[in-house]
Amino acid sequence: MGKRVGIIGVGQTHHAAKRLDASGVELIAEAVTRALDDAQLTINDIDAFVIGNMDHFENINYVDMWAADGLGSCMKPVFKVTTGGTTGTTVGACGFYHVASGLFDVVMAVGWEKNSESDTQAAISTCANPTLERDSFAGAIGPLATEYSMYMKAYGATEEDAARVAARDRNNACNNPYAHIRQHVTVEEVLASPMLSYPIKFLDMCPRSDGACAVIFAVEEKAKKLCPKPAWVHCSVVRHDYTHFGDLEWTWMPTLERATKEAYRLAGIHDPLKELDVCELYLPASTCGVKWMDSCWFCDKGEAPQLIRKGVFEMDGELPINPSGGVISCNPIGATALIRVGEAAWQIMGRAGARQVEGAKKAMATGFGGCSWSDVFILGADLP
Amino acid sequence: MERVAIIGVAQTKYEQNKPDTFAELIYDVVSRALEDAGISIKEVDNVVSVSSDFWDGRTISSMAISDASGAFGKDITTVEGDGTFGALYGMMRILSGSFGCTVVCAHHKGSESNMRGITNTAFDPLVERRLGLDAINSAALQARRYMDKWGVWEEQFAAVSVKNHGNALRNPLAMLPMQISVDDVMASRKLADPLKLLDCSPVTDGACALILAAERHAKKWTTNKKRVWMKGVGHCSDAFRLGDRDLADTRALKQAAKKAYAMAGIADPVKQIDVAEVYDAFSYMELMWLEGLGFCEDGMGAEFVERGHADFEGKLPVNPSGGRLSAHPVQVAGLAAMAECVLQLRGEAGERQVDGAETALAHGINGMCGQSHCVWILGK
Repeated sequence: MGKRVGIIGVGQTHHAAKRLDASGVELIAEAVTRALDDAQLTINDIDAFVIGNMDHFENINYVDMWAADGLGSCMKPVFKVTTGGTTGTTVGACGFYHVASGLFDVVMAVGWEKNSESDTQAAISTCANPTLERDSFAGAIGPLATEYSMYMKAYGATEEDAARVAARDRNNACNNPYAHIRQHVTVEEVLASPMLSYPIKFLDMCPRSDGACAVIFAVEEKAKKLCPKPAWVHCSVVRHDYTHFGDLEWTWMPTLERATKEAYRLAGIHDPLKELDVCELYLPASTCGVKWMDSCWFCDKGEAPQLIRKGVFEMDGELPINPSGGVISCNPIGATALIRVGEAAWQIMGRAGARQVEGAKKAMATGFGGCSWSDVFILGADLP
Repeated sequence: MERVAIIGVAQTKYEQNKPDTFAELIYDVVSRALEDAGISIKEVDNVVSVSSDFWDGRTISSMAISDASGAFGKDITTVEGDGTFGALYGMMRILSGSFGCTVVCAHHKGSESNMRGITNTAFDPLVERRLGLDAINSAALQARRYMDKWGVWEEQFAAVSVKNHGNALRNPLAMLPMQISVDDVMASRKLADPLKLLDCSPVTDGACALILAAERHAKKWTTNKKRVWMKGVGHCSDAFRLGDRDLADTRALKQAAKKAYAMAGIADPVKQIDVAEVYDAFSYMELMWLEGLGFCEDGMGAEFVERGHADFEGKLPVNPSGGRLSAHPVQVAGLAAMAECVLQLRGEAGERQVDGAETALAHGINGMCGQSHCVWILGK
């Protein structure tokens, strides 16, 4: 069987809409250096690297080769993994499997994106089938607007429910020095913001950011030696769906439901709402923060709005979600899902600063992307 | 450590202007690889696809083949780079204990791509890209540096092309089986000095799939004859900028090979390896990689080939499939090299069978001028 793996260091850039002060390679170096500092290691301690982003945003082919100076990977093993929005968790999973396989002891996983150099929506559009779906399902907002419209109709959720989630995440971001957007907003301000694609409004939706994140995975024996309180990886699970958007189920989120179910099984979690202490979820729009709660098994189908209205997922609630401010506060796409893993790890390690959930012992991080794909990590303070 | 076996392989015929979509190519090879392994998609618990958004001309290129690879409801991921790295990740996932059976698949349609534009984007956007560098003219710089460092000449490169195109005559899947002479190579159109058309690999379409299984499953599902073990693997990358490297130096490959050999217990590669599929994207590369793999001393690759050691009948046949010079579907190529090694070890390589092959080496590269290498040792 494989090795047990702990996260022993996390680093991220100070994310922004435009990091004119740094090139892509420099953003990577910033995250790598900070992760090494966090773990109190030097680059010589890293046995292998894995990196990912989305090709068409910066137009750099063979990013794993190009990033060598930023990664510090010269004369070291490195390769690239990429899966669209889920790239960050894909990179994290790959770092985890590097170590769990027993082939490497200490591995650095890096996700990055410099969206200010891209035409994000145009690049995303080409993920859809060129003859059937590129016109109708192009870009990131359309499918998300469609699914929440259907959820509202099916279960009586409202635009205000989504606005509560938006206000929660955006206000949480004020406690996170790395977040791209740190701005107090009210539910009324969210509801009054410009409509992008009904029912999603400007303040419901994620921005595009420049930034990078690095997470260091270590094998059990080394993790114990190198880190006072590693965040142990209890599981990494991915579930995919059909290739065409038109084939998808829209009133619930089948991949998230399947992935979290398997993750809870592997991590021995029976009642996630009670047993999880904190979540960092890849919610690309606040609407997902309503609808997808059903699919995380926090409640029965259609009951998420009631939990939102009760404040269950607020910082002082039963299960705080996105203390970092989440994706709607910060979205360097190739890094976004890895930031979820890194933030969840920091919560377990007790290094989350002003956004720390006291005594967090079990955390969940997710990634979302592609054709409604879902990735799940569960991390814990105790060995798996 | 539990062992991992390759229990099924399939390749398409390699050719230009294939009418099939990406999904059709992948469905074809995955279905046939499963058939080869004698299992159904139900036994597979995860998929590693290998593709590139650049070559495919669409964002999240793995989306196009997700259904076709059998990934619905499964744990799937995508490696962007050569197929050898995809296979490496496939093996890691099994060794982690999380999975028992992995599909690794790769597809490529070079004839729908713009090779020059796509490989130009592999260079630094501020300086090198503006110079018009691409895969061929950067390789020409490397070839020239290699000639200069070791006193190798163009006819010696040409001999590799003659050998590999000749080998392709025995491989029905190869795209360019050709009986040619050194003079033919020398007389072919110059693309970037010192490289001529027949020194360069062709634009190719094709796909390949491997089925990997944990030892416990492999022994249950397949016969000893079908199983090929993944005995050793190593990968390593050199510096990015061409100017930061001695382009005739193969230190990254040496490092990768050292690791793979140590893992597989190879002390004398020429004696212990029976057949090798080496990444000959260009004729000269085979010579450099023979040195990096420790088949001969540095600078002696040309002599190794001249003496016939790398011939089909030689002491260490190199690229009996015809190599990348005879079919070069990028990303697929390294996985195809592994599939060829599997056929050799099973004794199923038909006319290109190297008699009694027990241990095989497959090699893949990433980046320009072989910046990164992955070396595999496969065995019975």
